[in-house]
Amino acid sequence: MAARVLVGVKRVIDYAVKVRVKPDNTGVVTDGVKHSMNPFCEIAVEEAVKLKEKQLVKEVVAVSCGPQQVQETIRTALAMGADRGIHVEVSGKDYDALGPLQVSKIMAALAKKEEANLIILGKQAIDDDCNQTGQMTAALLDWPQGTFASEVVLEGDKLKVVREVDGGLETVKLDMPAVVTADLRLNTPRYATLPNIMKAKKKKISVVKPGDLGVDVASRLEVLRVEEPPQRKAGVKVETVEDLVSKLKEGGRI
Amino acid sequence: MFRKVLQSCARTGLRFQGTKASPASSSARAAQGGFSFELTDQQKEFQELARKFAREEIIPAASNYDKSGEYPFPLIKRVWELGLMNSHIPDSCGGMGLGIFDACLITEELAYGCTGVQTAIEANSLGQMPVIIAGTDMQKKKYLGRMTEEPLMCAYCVTEPGAGSDVAGIKTWAEKKGNEYIINGQKMWITNGGKANWYFLLARTDADSKSPAGKAFTGFIVDADTPGIQLGRKEMNMGQRCSDTRGITFEDVRVPAENVLIGEGAGFKVAMGAFDKTRPPVAAGATGLAQRALDEATKYSMERKTFGRFLAEHQAIAFLLAEMAMKVELARMAYQRSAWEVDEGRRNTFYASIAKAFAGDIANQVASDAVQIFGGNGFNSEYPVEKLMRDAKIYQIYEGTAQIQRLIISREHLAKYKN
Repeated sequence: MAARVLVGVKRVIDYAVKVRVKPDNTGVVTDGVKHSMNPFCEIAVEEAVKLKEKQLVKEVVAVSCGPQQVQETIRTALAMGADRGIHVEVSGKDYDALGPLQVSKIMAALAKKEEANLIILGKQAIDDDCNQTGQMTAALLDWPQGTFASEVVLEGDKLKVVREVDGGLETVKLDMPAVVTADLRLNTPRYATLPNIMKAKKKKISVVKPGDLGVDVASRLEVLRVEEPPQRKAGVKVETVEDLVSKLKEGGRI
Repeated sequence: MFRKVLQSCARTGLRFQGTKASPASSSARAAQGGFSFELTDQQKEFQELARKFAREEIIPAASNYDKSGEYPFPLIKRVWELGLMNSHIPDSCGGMGLGIFDACLITEELAYGCTGVQTAIEANSLGQMPVIIAGTDMQKKKYLGRMTEEPLMCAYCVTEPGAGSDVAGIKTWAEKKGNEYIINGQKMWITNGGKANWYFLLARTDADSKSPAGKAFTGFIVDADTPGIQLGRKEMNMGQRCSDTRGITFEDVRVPAENVLIGEGAGFKVAMGAFDKTRPPVAAGATGLAQRALDEATKYSMERKTFGRFLAEHQAIAFLLAEMAMKVELARMAYQRSAWEVDEGRRNTFYASIAKAFAGDIANQVASDAVQIFGGNGFNSEYPVEKLMRDAKIYQIYEGTAQIQRLIISREHLAKYKN
């Protein structure tokens, strides 16, 4: 019986918001913009809570890295059924530079500290689309990984994961402890009910710093420039197929 | 450039929340007390939950329910499961004991989705309110407790075919016989009439026609399965068509004396007292409808072109939208004030009537203007705004007509100047 599940939840710009690039091209506008929990993280939380409801795990701990505002995201996880939260405090320039390598180091350190035997993450975040944190976390811990999960079955101390891959579905069996990343069709996340939102206020969120976990969050990447994709140019209408072929030849397309 | 900014706001599909002041400074000011428009984190989460539900589950289903008139029970059941309903029920009866302000936040968001669905839900609050404010512990446990155990509906039975605004003119008669009352009469336009598990009923108990209203009526809790209750047909109305509205006939209906609220003769006060708590949410519902109309019209005006420019770039349309926005903002502030007043423990009649009167009137104006902005398309049932215009009308009629509200407001207003 798995004792503890760690679920990583990331606070990202809401999926419905039109993202705008900052005038100085250093990043995107986040001030005053609606943020919410990364949709794949919601699916991860839902899976963890489902495991708890089936009594296959004892405790679900929601983790988020960032400034004070990420506590809202942790609260959402608590309202969905997580038992407690851990806020890893990272702010300012460190937060701007925070990426999968740093987060996976933090998750690995927390997994050891909290004696977790299962980590469930979203497959990727909708802001950077990195799709790396789960894989890196497993590598740092030397744990097996089941990524792009569309089905997770806990059988004793083994985890059966059905993965969505390019060729179709692949089923793998992992020894616990393990890392799973959630894909779209794993489940449909529940709404937090009003009573659960109220109960979540009483659940504990502990705050730690990366330094306390022995993690160095310095980044090895430097963002040079952020730009919008080029504007779509108008097309050209042609009269005959011959014209079409010659235009394609001219443009070097064929 | 201006257009780009507008488009980016509208495409969120959600209401633009507005830039937040840095959390530290506004909470520091709030801690000092004094006027504040800030919602608590919990209130924001409630609002977010209701908003998400309305957009994901109510809006897609609303048009079908409007066309068929079918009671939206699956939606109501979901609302009940999420705890968005029956919020006023005290926690001693299994409820959440939330204040009127929190209820209003939720109501506005659900009404944004469909006011027909919202009215069916709101009728529960109206029916329960007399029991909440005047019920004994036993009555509360019995009739409110069951509402939190399963998704049941209740109804507020006061209006009659011959008396709506003139509540003191109702004729339904309750005759005391031993340990029971025998009730005879006819009620009309009862929301949830055909779906209720129990009714709050107002009937006359004093035969003396000169007796003042404050003594002549009694409030009863009546189980809907009591023999002698005959439901009329579901009425086909102009708007909010999925809400169940019926006439109900009471023929020698026997109600135990233990179901009387407070005591014989106290009914009028109980029935009217409920309104101070239910008018703010009704105003919130009208505001939700108005906000929806404003959003739909704004989005359309940024997509539709005429004379070579977007509608929104023509000053006539932009001014129309500006006035619609003014009205929505003011209606919101009005209902929030009235809800806040009653939650603070003060008599809020003046503010509640202002909120309800204003929100009802502007909902109609804004919905009509929205149809206007859509032009010919607005008149058509394939576009969402004609439904809003039909749904809006009842907000000037139920829960106290626009005229009754003005009576109340003038009375309260003049009373302030008399001393």
